[in-house]
Amino acid sequence: MPKLRINGIEVEVEIGTSVLEAARFLGLPIPTLCHNDGLTPYGACRLCVVEVGNSNGNGRPKLLSACTLQVEDGMVVHTHSSRVERARKLLLEMYVATCPQSKTIQDLASRYGVTQMRLEPKHETCIQCGLCVRMCAQQMMAGAIGFAKRGARRKVSRPFDMTSELCRQCGACLYVCPVCELRCQGPQAETTLCSGCLNFAPVCFQSYDDAMCFLDPCHACELTGPLRPDVPVKLDSEKSAK
Amino acid sequence: MPKLHSVQELNELRTACLAAADSSRPCLTVCAGSGCTAAGANEVLEALRRGLEKRGLEDKVTVKSTGCHGFCEKGPLMIVWPEGVFYNRVAPADAAVLIASVSNGRRPVERLLYKDPVSGKTVLREDEVPFYARQQRVLFGNNGRIDPKQIEDYLRVGGYAALAKVVSGLTPEEVIGSVQRSGLRGRGGAGFPTGTKWEAMHRQTANQKYIICNADEGDPGAFMDRSLLEGNPHSVLEGMIIGAHALGASEGYIYVRAEYPLAVQHLRVALHQAEEYGLLGDNILDSGLSFRIKLVQGAGAFVCGEETALIASIEGRVGEPHPRPPYPVQKGLWGKPTVINNVKTWASVPQIINRGAEWYASIGTERSKGTMVFSLVGKINNTGLVEVPMGVTLRQMIYEIGGGIPKGKQLKAVQIGGPSGGCIPASLLDLPIDYEELTKAGSMMGSGGMVVMDEDTCMVDIARYFMEFLEDESCGKCFPCREGTQRLRAILTRICQGKGTEEDLPLLEEMSWMMKETSLCGLGQTAANPVQTTLRYFRDEYLAHIREKRCPAKVCRELIVYSIEPTACDGCQACVRVCATEAILGEKKKVHRIETAKCIKCGACLEVCQPKAVLVSSGASLCPS
Repeated sequence: MPKLRINGIEVEVEIGTSVLEAARFLGLPIPTLCHNDGLTPYGACRLCVVEVGNSNGNGRPKLLSACTLQVEDGMVVHTHSSRVERARKLLLEMYVATCPQSKTIQDLASRYGVTQMRLEPKHETCIQCGLCVRMCAQQMMAGAIGFAKRGARRKVSRPFDMTSELCRQCGACLYVCPVCELRCQGPQAETTLCSGCLNFAPVCFQSYDDAMCFLDPCHACELTGPLRPDVPVKLDSEKSAK
Repeated sequence: MPKLHSVQELNELRTACLAAADSSRPCLTVCAGSGCTAAGANEVLEALRRGLEKRGLEDKVTVKSTGCHGFCEKGPLMIVWPEGVFYNRVAPADAAVLIASVSNGRRPVERLLYKDPVSGKTVLREDEVPFYARQQRVLFGNNGRIDPKQIEDYLRVGGYAALAKVVSGLTPEEVIGSVQRSGLRGRGGAGFPTGTKWEAMHRQTANQKYIICNADEGDPGAFMDRSLLEGNPHSVLEGMIIGAHALGASEGYIYVRAEYPLAVQHLRVALHQAEEYGLLGDNILDSGLSFRIKLVQGAGAFVCGEETALIASIEGRVGEPHPRPPYPVQKGLWGKPTVINNVKTWASVPQIINRGAEWYASIGTERSKGTMVFSLVGKINNTGLVEVPMGVTLRQMIYEIGGGIPKGKQLKAVQIGGPSGGCIPASLLDLPIDYEELTKAGSMMGSGGMVVMDEDTCMVDIARYFMEFLEDESCGKCFPCREGTQRLRAILTRICQGKGTEEDLPLLEEMSWMMKETSLCGLGQTAANPVQTTLRYFRDEYLAHIREKRCPAKVCRELIVYSIEPTACDGCQACVRVCATEAILGEKKKVHRIETAKCIKCGACLEVCQPKAVLVSSGASLCPS
């Protein structure tokens, strides 16, 4: 079994264990946004980067994503070095600026002491962590959604932007989404405190044939209200024109 | 074509090819690389063929189209053998004089010879041209001598001799040892030692292994790999076959951009010929080596030059990288050990085998061996492909080979290594070009793009331009690269518009650092290089944009104002006629005036004004309030 040092603690784990699992086994919290124990590691959110070197001290240690990195004998890992912390803090500053409305991101940012947002807020509805895509394919065995396009235009989508016949509307995609808490409120009174996303049978699915919350905000969320003052009311025709 | 069954048969074929070529017979070779083709090489070839036919000289004079010579600025290029007379800027109309010169007396056509703009002397042969004099053309040397569509031509210049040497007695270990001793490093950009990669592959015990040639050259302004594939495809194939022997691979892939139709076509022809001769396929030259190469065309994504994304693309998945380790050598194509090397790396292998690892290691600097091919473009007199030994200084590149900056302008910076390389300032002109020195200066070797910029280039605008390119080409999988390129571009755009603040500079630096540290693949890790290097070397330009709302190079439209100098204006109305927005007022013979509110700063008036009365100025005091 490979032996490695994490933050100075020697640990021996099974071959095939990821550094993230090994660190968590030791009780070291590593933040993640795109990781879920039931899904294959993806390495896209980059929050779980750790500083990795080798025991003979050759070469400058690298920052590598802990979720995709398998343990090797003689690895020397630092999960919370100043370099790692600084990188995570800057990453989180950018995450907050991209999705200021996400509770998950807000909490992480506050834990990492992000006190300023120097970048312009964007109110994106997706951070492309890919959890929904992997959930749909690997746990729900549907594969109804996937990524389309590239770079800034990349998005989670369905084939031809139409409701896929593979979609059973199980809502698992909503369940794993780290940013949609404030988005999927369902058609409720503006004063209600909602947990629509955590509901396996979201209200919007019963009301709308074409509701796919992982895409644009669902119809319900686009109601103007105190929760989403940034989203103007959009008509169906406008939406399809876009 | 007969299938070759042994090294001896290969040697006999080579002897036959050599004997068939009459070396005293005049041969007109015209460069038909992409650059010269664009300049009309095919029309020249056609005119020459028709001209010869008309005079009944088809049997006495040969016409041949060859690969790229590198001196694209002066294309179409032509060399008349056996004398080796070098002509440049040949037009179809010149066919008659050229044929006449060849058929009677062989007196060179004076006006088509190259004239050195510095010394004013007329040059007869290619190697006397200053552009070539300093070069050492190891990989590209044969480009101008052979017809890339004829395997016989490649055999004639000693092609497949390295393969013969390898299969007639070198063990895989010996080949890998040679590559290691040669000090060859990956020519795709990162400069990883090829021998080390091969050694790691050799240790893998999998029953199936693959090798891949990375020909997904996507840097703006770079065309080295393209020219090599177009001009000498067999040299790459030979390198791959030797690699297959050394690495135990039975299948190889060439991943080439679909935007390179001529390269794809020449590769197809070369693969077909090599298969016909039995240089690819089962039991090559009766050595027991079986190896096949498949051609895969990319769909135009820059990120597919990254090895893990390239593998995903070959496998039919979306071209997005995945984190390394595992490296492709451990787990690559279809999950099997895979070695990926650049076009030039593969083409270097036969040279190392033929001439010896020690010979190769004698070229270059201490840690960077061999020659490197650069595409020298931008504000430079001699645009083209340049192959030089590692360690040549930037000054030699730009002033001796490149012939300096056009119109007597000042050199400002050189951008090396493609869009994610860095900008090296004119003050570092004596920097020797090798992997370590470039990295130290904040740039990188990259695949060898070299964009020269003069005083009229705004460095903030350049950083913004490259960020725009990378924003578009980022695959979007990992957050720091996808979002970071957008954010950096937004901040840079703001600065270019004069809306930046001084706090933007540390923010740019911090975000760049974070992208470099946390991005998933090489694209994101190097994407911030243009921003970091321009901030490092041209901070005063950023500050001028921010503090004084001034663009020193007078490029950023929001910060410049067009006006007419009343004392110089002769009232000719030329500017009035070209102005698209009717922003210039003034009657004939009277001083004109530009209405700033209407002016879109297109620069059309600047170009037509004969007395040079149109002024461009920048700075807060000049901007309309």
